[in-house]
Amino acid sequence: MANELILSVKNLNVKFHLRGQELHAIRNVSLDIYRGESIAIVGESGSGKSVFTRTFMGLLDSNGYIPSGEILYYGNRSAGGTGTQKNSPSSGINLAKLKKERDWRTIRGGEIAMIMQDPMTSLNPLKSIGSQIAEAIRLHQPDIKGSAAINEKVIEYLREVGIPEPERRCRQYAHEFSGGMRQRVVIAIALACNPKILICDEPTTALDVTIQDQIIHLLKELKEKYQLTIVFITHDLGVVANIADRVAVMYAGDFVEIGMAEEIFYDPRHPYTWALLSSLPQLGERGEKLFTIKGTPPNLFKEIKGDAFAPRNPRALKIDYVKEPPYFEVSPTHKAKTWLLDPRAPKVEPPEAIRNLKDLESVYG
Amino acid sequence: MVKYLAKRIGRSLITLFIIICVVFILMRQMPIEGYFQNFDKLTEAQIQAGLEEQGLLDPMPVQLLHFFQNMLKGDFGVSHSYRVNVPVTEILADKLPISIKLGSLSVLVSLIFGIPLGTIMARFKSRIPDKLGTLFIVFIQAVPAAVYYLFIQMYGTLILDIPLLFDASNWKSWILPVFSMSLGNIAYYGMWLRRYMVDESNKDYVRLAKAKGASGNSVMFRHIFRNAFVPMVQYLPSSFLNTVIGSIYVESLYSIPGMGGLLVTVIKGNDNNMVQAIVLLYATVGVIGLLLGDIMMVILDPRISLSGKEGER
Repeated sequence: MANELILSVKNLNVKFHLRGQELHAIRNVSLDIYRGESIAIVGESGSGKSVFTRTFMGLLDSNGYIPSGEILYYGNRSAGGTGTQKNSPSSGINLAKLKKERDWRTIRGGEIAMIMQDPMTSLNPLKSIGSQIAEAIRLHQPDIKGSAAINEKVIEYLREVGIPEPERRCRQYAHEFSGGMRQRVVIAIALACNPKILICDEPTTALDVTIQDQIIHLLKELKEKYQLTIVFITHDLGVVANIADRVAVMYAGDFVEIGMAEEIFYDPRHPYTWALLSSLPQLGERGEKLFTIKGTPPNLFKEIKGDAFAPRNPRALKIDYVKEPPYFEVSPTHKAKTWLLDPRAPKVEPPEAIRNLKDLESVYG
Repeated sequence: MVKYLAKRIGRSLITLFIIICVVFILMRQMPIEGYFQNFDKLTEAQIQAGLEEQGLLDPMPVQLLHFFQNMLKGDFGVSHSYRVNVPVTEILADKLPISIKLGSLSVLVSLIFGIPLGTIMARFKSRIPDKLGTLFIVFIQAVPAAVYYLFIQMYGTLILDIPLLFDASNWKSWILPVFSMSLGNIAYYGMWLRRYMVDESNKDYVRLAKAKGASGNSVMFRHIFRNAFVPMVQYLPSSFLNTVIGSIYVESLYSIPGMGGLLVTVIKGNDNNMVQAIVLLYATVGVIGLLLGDIMMVILDPRISLSGKEGER
């Protein structure tokens, strides 16, 4: 993996106006994403994973806004892109500052595309799936002209994502497809946009396990073929182990730990990561209850003091309630936001179950 | 498609048949005054002779059979009180065209204004156009139509410089009645279209279309508008045909010789033949409206299957 930045988020904050209150959904978050990698963002429901990635595309709900922070996008057409116009790779575009829809349209689809969670609802029920893919081709591949050529391309994409009999199926409607097939169609639409970054927002959550596996496999294949950068949102650590090069663990709108996938799985440092990993059903002992994280995530309407996870953390230190921890570097690629890594901190061992994770390597292959 | 249509039309005919039978039987329970123009002055023998002559003393099934036979010949008998001894069909042939013209124009106007109203309100949801639109809709729905109809008549005729009453040969005198009849429908179409469009615009596929990079207008029209229009379409034919039936108030306000209020008048006058014919007309209109609505849904929404059996998934 070349260490070339494609997207750099700096001190990003996202807030929502909600019932007369302010919800601080993303709290001063920074993350670098490199060209060609696949990075997984994990965290429980409501931790802000989807909101975070939606800021990349300007698709926040209308009551959301970005009070401060930068999202610098370096991808546009600098390295081997098919586009023609802009060529300012060094400075990057600050997506957090984009306001006009016309500006966003230069990013959406063509630079950053998205696959959403529920394939049952993410296709227009009244348009044939072929025409929905064709729409993306018309928008982003202007060199393909004429309906015959476009149609040919549509069929090519459908074949690419593994839909049998694409010539016939492209005239069908979403309701005539199964869940897994619909998700393939959604992926075909994303591909037809010819993006640099593909955001997969829990693309397998609504699917059953065998189909999940196929979709993950397909995404891995397409990532190689189209040299995509994949941002993978999920709360399924099994999926993460399968696809991600790097993992960023999100809790209450903040990344508590970021590292290479092996580092997160085999050398986790943040108590929240420990808790997440301990919750893996594969780690459960026969006859014993599965581990769950006690309590609920903090209320983001209120300002959070100290470490957001402290109230749910049985090993929390006193300082966790007072002062927000900075990032401590574990290795050049691995950092965690916990006072436990401070040299002055008492030595706290990760839970027993996690230390055995290495033995479970076979689970994830 | 043909099979589905045949089935639906068959069912509609059955519905009509039942309606006719029920109304016919009910009408026969009405006082017999309605069959004579000067009932009070007639002797018992004359009345019996009159009933005999009109075939009203036959057993019910025979009467019904006669009615259907005559109906197929286009003969609905004569009016007894509304316009004495004039064939019912002749009266309706006088009145129906003007109501149809008024109604069609008014539906056209309602669509021309109602659809953009709803679209603009949805496009600028919670912004000024939406608020103005809501104001208009609430006004139209809350204020009794009679009030603003009167205002429109008073000031409209002044502005256009035309007489208060309707004159079919002067195109200017069509404007105010058509406009009055449209107002309610404009508000209605606008309100529902806005609502359906807002519903649609919160759906995932709209987000995906935006994520594709489609422009706001393209998303609005190619995705949201079309999908929002499907539930509207079902009611369009009915509302069209209902308008055609005539508006009692507008027609009486401008003395338009249309269908409006005719049914009430003839029921009050015990004019049984007229009632029969008008009920048949209204029932037909209603049934056709529903049928057309369903057919349009089938054409627009691929999820609704024609044959009734679910396609393979």
